[in-house]
Amino acid sequence: MNDLENLYRQVIMDHYKNPRNKGLKGFPHVHIKNPSCGDDITVEAEIINKQVKQVRHQGSGCSICCSSASVLSELMLNKSVDEARALVSKYYAMIKGEALDHPEALEEAIVYQGVAKFPARIKCATIAWKAFEQILNGETDE
Amino acid sequence: MKIDAHIRDLFPIYQQQPHLVYLDSAATSLKPQPVLAKMQEYYEQYGVNIHRGVYHLSYLATEEYEKARRTVAKFINASEEEIVFTKNATAGLNMVALTYGETNLQRGDKVIVSELEHHSSLLPWMKLCERKQAQLVYVPLNNDGQITVENFLSVFDNQVKVVALTYVSNVMGYITPLPEIIRFAHAKQAVVVVDAAQAVPHLAVDVKALDADFLAFSAHKMLGPTGIGVLYGKAKLLKKLAPLAYGGDMNESVSHHMVEVKPIPYRFEAGTPAIAEALGLAKACEVITDIAYDRIREHDRALHAYALSQLNKISGLTVYNPKADIGIITFNINGVHPHDAATFFDQKQIALRAGHHCAQLVSKWLHCEGTLRASFYLYNTKKDVDLFVETVKQTVAFFENILGKQHE
Repeated sequence: MNDLENLYRQVIMDHYKNPRNKGLKGFPHVHIKNPSCGDDITVEAEIINKQVKQVRHQGSGCSICCSSASVLSELMLNKSVDEARALVSKYYAMIKGEALDHPEALEEAIVYQGVAKFPARIKCATIAWKAFEQILNGETDE
Repeated sequence: MKIDAHIRDLFPIYQQQPHLVYLDSAATSLKPQPVLAKMQEYYEQYGVNIHRGVYHLSYLATEEYEKARRTVAKFINASEEEIVFTKNATAGLNMVALTYGETNLQRGDKVIVSELEHHSSLLPWMKLCERKQAQLVYVPLNNDGQITVENFLSVFDNQVKVVALTYVSNVMGYITPLPEIIRFAHAKQAVVVVDAAQAVPHLAVDVKALDADFLAFSAHKMLGPTGIGVLYGKAKLLKKLAPLAYGGDMNESVSHHMVEVKPIPYRFEAGTPAIAEALGLAKACEVITDIAYDRIREHDRALHAYALSQLNKISGLTVYNPKADIGIITFNINGVHPHDAATFFDQKQIALRAGHHCAQLVSKWLHCEGTLRASFYLYNTKKDVDLFVETVKQTVAFFENILGKQHE
């Protein structure tokens, strides 16, 4: 199986077909749109005492974009804001093809390391993460 | 010049990328050697500024630049003074809205556009109408997504001052029935602005026969370089327009509080223009003329028909424009986002476009998030089509396998 098929098989089979934590509940959110491809996603997070209690997402786009939002929503559960930030940075580094210390911290998100081989898709794989990162930084919409 | 197995020898990119299957010519065409050589010649032999120097080399460069204008004029059957060199079709269309539109459009007037417009033929008029409190009116498309004369007439009335339409749709590949539309428009004194960016690569454009008032295109879609385009305007209209940009070279005399501008077309070309690119564009016109539009059309028709017949045999696929007039196939693999599919093509070095192709209203009309688009040009071969079709099959099969069979 080649890299692409491998990536797609793992990602699509699960999170694209059965997204977790989909649907918004009214927590602080960030909406990001990629006009060049039509990826359009809103991520929201409930953060209490600097701890991520819930991440929700809603939107439309390609399988890499949508599934990575679902993976993100599970990974970040119960992480402190600082831990969450570190995971986001680690994820970006992985997508860029950089060598990582303790990649296992990314749990399921590790399947997206295959995206490094398809630079045209980096935007797809990071859009939900960028939205979440903005929430962590307090840069929410409205 | 024939379109045969040797046609690719004209395109150096195939030496660098021997396995490239380039199906994105509606975005930009590949560039032939003579165009590149002409640009190189300018930089190597007489690469100095034009219209300024009184020395020999500047004279030479100016001669070449103005010769390029003559070549382009002849290419679309205009006169030299009617050819304004611009950055691209977008710049030309914006210029018409910001000069002609700005002076002539009034509150309550109407501008007719269509949902097939590329954003560059739509947004300048949308913003102008907003400023002028004029009305932007869309020609209703027929069931196939085409602009018809009948539908045009259904929205055309005395309030219409400008008709801004594409000659060939960059997503659907339809040719707009412009000759009739222009006749009707002129009968009520409306001015017609044609976006010919997709037309010029495929059709012999004769501005006189067409009777277009303004017509814009880019060099880069017709074998020419990026960074240069053409705005044609009827001389009598251009003469009434003030320049959009002021600066060097476009004026005749300057005093403390007065500037006298040059005659057309020079008054519209402020600053040092894209000289090498103008020469490259003229060379591209010559290459196309050498090959001949008849041959380009015939080649395009044969590839297009063959591709459609092969795609027809594959289930799990939606082709949105089986009736396209030129070689553009807009399609989706059912249930698969176009960007997911495009990466599979990319892996096979098949370059095609995915998304909304700078024409979001077409995607809306088609009720989809975006599409895949394969577009052919004179360097494509039957083998390209075979590789493309084979990859479509593989991609359909792959996604069916993991997502389950998709219903239309």
